[in-house]
Amino acid sequence: MTDDGYKVKLENVFEGPMDLLIHLIRKNEVDITDIPIALITRQYLAYLEWLKRMNIDFAGEFLLMAATLAHIKSRTLLPSHSSDADEDPRLEIARPLLEYLQIKQAAEELAQRQLLGEDTFVRPPSAPDDWGDAGEETIHVGLFELIDAFQRILENIAPDHRVDLTTERISIKDRITEIVDVLEAKGSITFTELFASESDKSDVIVTFLAILEMVKLCLIRVAQHLPTGIIRLFYL
Amino acid sequence: MENLKAIIESLLLVAAAPLSVDRIQVLLPQADSRGIRAALQRLASEYSERNGGFVIREVAGGYQFRTQPQYREVVKKMLQPSPVRLSRAALETLAIIAYKQPIIRHDIEQIRGVDSGGILRMLLDRKLVRVLGRREIPGRPIIYATTKQFLELFDLKDLRDLPSPKEIEELGRPPRQADGESAS
Repeated sequence: MTDDGYKVKLENVFEGPMDLLIHLIRKNEVDITDIPIALITRQYLAYLEWLKRMNIDFAGEFLLMAATLAHIKSRTLLPSHSSDADEDPRLEIARPLLEYLQIKQAAEELAQRQLLGEDTFVRPPSAPDDWGDAGEETIHVGLFELIDAFQRILENIAPDHRVDLTTERISIKDRITEIVDVLEAKGSITFTELFASESDKSDVIVTFLAILEMVKLCLIRVAQHLPTGIIRLFYL
Repeated sequence: MENLKAIIESLLLVAAAPLSVDRIQVLLPQADSRGIRAALQRLASEYSERNGGFVIREVAGGYQFRTQPQYREVVKKMLQPSPVRLSRAALETLAIIAYKQPIIRHDIEQIRGVDSGGILRMLLDRKLVRVLGRREIPGRPIIYATTKQFLELFDLKDLRDLPSPKEIEELGRPPRQADGESAS
């Protein structure tokens, strides 16, 4: 689907394949337990076609349902020989539809209750927290609240810590200058000497990167006489 | 305690959440739970007989003063609450969880036939649904259940108070040929 063109987003278009099926069953005034599969499948597919033309995205579930309908139809056409196949294949779709209809009915009934904050109201709590220490109390929290709380704690304690992590205490350029100073005075230095004072991991990394950079710039020569010997840096 | 009813009435006025018999019992150790229950019932019927602006409702395992629904418009005008409206999809998802809990997401989506991840997240955020744990099957899926807030929102005493889904109109009559398999 291209990004150009006029796109429509309808809020109350069918929520899913079940809604579409129920709509078609109602429209055709057929019994849910006696669905004319061929008719409904044809209309169902026509509807998907229409949705496509209207540029309305529909999910893969719609296609899955289409496949299920086609499968049911094929099973009704086949003569059944096995003993366990005498169940109406249409029950495969009738059962979930009935269950879904019940849920829709239940949702309807829930919506019609006296909703708090909509139909009925309680006295707003007079914020006893403001009166001072209400004392510790047990609270029941869910996983997501716990995660939220943890995130808040991180946000609160982080500033100090994060500065440590983000600021480069010493830049590679500064480190190169330092090493050059040492080399100018001494002519050469061992590899381990350079890291002796370093405690911080980031400093170690900066020093190492500085050495690599200096080799690349032909500022120093690195030499090691024995495979296990001391690595020495010479100023060129 | 001949003033038990008055004491409970005062507690109800200041309680921030529905007040349970157990909670009152803890506050008033000298009263017995049967007495407390009787006092609450008497109070509730007094308020309903009075036919005033508010009544005592039994919700979410406790008792609470609530305004009469017929005055919703003027109360809303004053409070200007943020709307609680739930979409049809959210209501359906909530209904599935309420009636089938504890339930995993796969089973919810099985019934609705569509992905419910976004709606579940919203219901969790609004504290109408909570995570109960994980089912010990491959993938350890999360088990969902409704919360106390769910009961409060829908004016329900407890989960048994959920309306039993009515026999669904002409469309949804249980299949006659499949005997013994009623869709109750």
